[in-house]
Amino acid sequence: MEENLLKTCLYDKHVALGALMSPFGGFMMPIQYSSITEEHNAVRNAAGVFDVSHMGEIFIFGPDAEKFVNHVFTNNVTGMPSGKILYGMLLYPNGTVVDDLLVYKEFEPNRYLLVVNASNIAKDYEWLCAQAEGFEVDIINDSDDWAEIAVQGPLAEKFLVETLGFAKAADLSFYTYCEYERVCDNHQHRLIISRTGYTGEDGFEIYCCPDAVNEMWDKLLAAGVVPCGLGCRDTLRFEAGLPLYGHELSDSITPLEAGLGIFVKAKDKEEFIGRDAILAQKEAGLTRKIVGIELQDKAIPRAGYPVEVDGVQVGEVTTGYRSISTDRSVCMAMVDKAYTELGSQVQIRIRKKVFPGIVTKKRFYETNYKK
Amino acid sequence: MSKVIEGLLYSESHEWVKVEDGIAVIGITDFAQHEMGDLSYVDMPEVDDELTKGEEFGAVESVKAASDLFSPVSGTVVEINEALEDAPELLNEDAFANWIIKVQMSDESELEELMDAAAYQAICK
Repeated sequence: MEENLLKTCLYDKHVALGALMSPFGGFMMPIQYSSITEEHNAVRNAAGVFDVSHMGEIFIFGPDAEKFVNHVFTNNVTGMPSGKILYGMLLYPNGTVVDDLLVYKEFEPNRYLLVVNASNIAKDYEWLCAQAEGFEVDIINDSDDWAEIAVQGPLAEKFLVETLGFAKAADLSFYTYCEYERVCDNHQHRLIISRTGYTGEDGFEIYCCPDAVNEMWDKLLAAGVVPCGLGCRDTLRFEAGLPLYGHELSDSITPLEAGLGIFVKAKDKEEFIGRDAILAQKEAGLTRKIVGIELQDKAIPRAGYPVEVDGVQVGEVTTGYRSISTDRSVCMAMVDKAYTELGSQVQIRIRKKVFPGIVTKKRFYETNYKK
Repeated sequence: MSKVIEGLLYSESHEWVKVEDGIAVIGITDFAQHEMGDLSYVDMPEVDDELTKGEEFGAVESVKAASDLFSPVSGTVVEINEALEDAPELLNEDAFANWIIKVQMSDESELEELMDAAAYQAICK
């Protein structure tokens, strides 16, 4: 498998920086450069830059683009203004999740950009194409032509404006984007800057060609922005209560079970794939749900560890850490409905011992988005 | 290059042992702490727990992962390093100066199966 791993356009720079590299989503990606804790704190307190070129970019355009996106996407893109972004999911007919993604409404009419998880690019593309019959749309997987970095943290805006010269970034509100033009390999390439991220902090995601991304990476590092790996990307998104496909969302978990029902517009939209299953699940009531659990002890709950009540398993940890920002042992876990009330007492089995825990909200860190 | 100290005994699973009056003082090596990265938790046994050579007696955990600890000797736990409960990072700062448990050995001949510093250095790469 190793020889089939893809490299992002920043791969050589990661290796030169001495990053610990590991496979993720089909790519060889940096996990950490210095330490996960230092990189995590840089994003919480200053600014960090992530190579997220592994993410997928799929474009949908044509006369039926809006109708088609509404057909496959849980959120509502009807009348969505250009420059706006929505989070949501692609669902299977049974209501479980193909992928979670961002949808960008482009400035050109009838055009959308879908930003999807690296591990799901091929699956998503095939899924979308398979649903397109009867719709007048083109679906292009352009992931290879786009690189991406995320600049995250309270100082991110300052670095975008002062270091990269993107004055327009300062005017962006949360979940909107703007564009610049770049010359890459003798042709014009769009440069997309969105006020989005996966850390719970203010920040931006910048998409462009590999050349431009390399140049921005160098400038940001020279200006003192801390290079950050996927290790702290996970600790940061986890503290902010954000899901990771394969953990809190999957082809056996519905958005309702993941507590992400607000991104599923089953009332506003008359039709989309998975809608009937979601409505049926709402009607019947959930049998299980993802909650937060906090341990009193310092032992660390990790994905896959059993959640128990009096020796009987009632759930499983989906992601867990000794939270860096709060110094608490916390996790997200899928548990039986009977134990989802805040304050419910459960236990988590960690190796040979069980540790008492209390059900909490699944956001462990107060997010600092710029609205 | 990770530090190795002469005069200690080493296991293949990266624990070190120092023998003091029939008591085995056990910790993890500098190589082990370096491989793990920033440690955030040390899972230790309790005093009076019986340990068997080669079996798991606890774990060290970094932000990202848990790594089991294996006992290099058999015997009874007589003391645990309680300082690690609040400050697991001590192992990152100096893995050899911060022991994890002390064990009253039941079979001192087991020490013969452990490596000396030179042999251990050779397996760390």
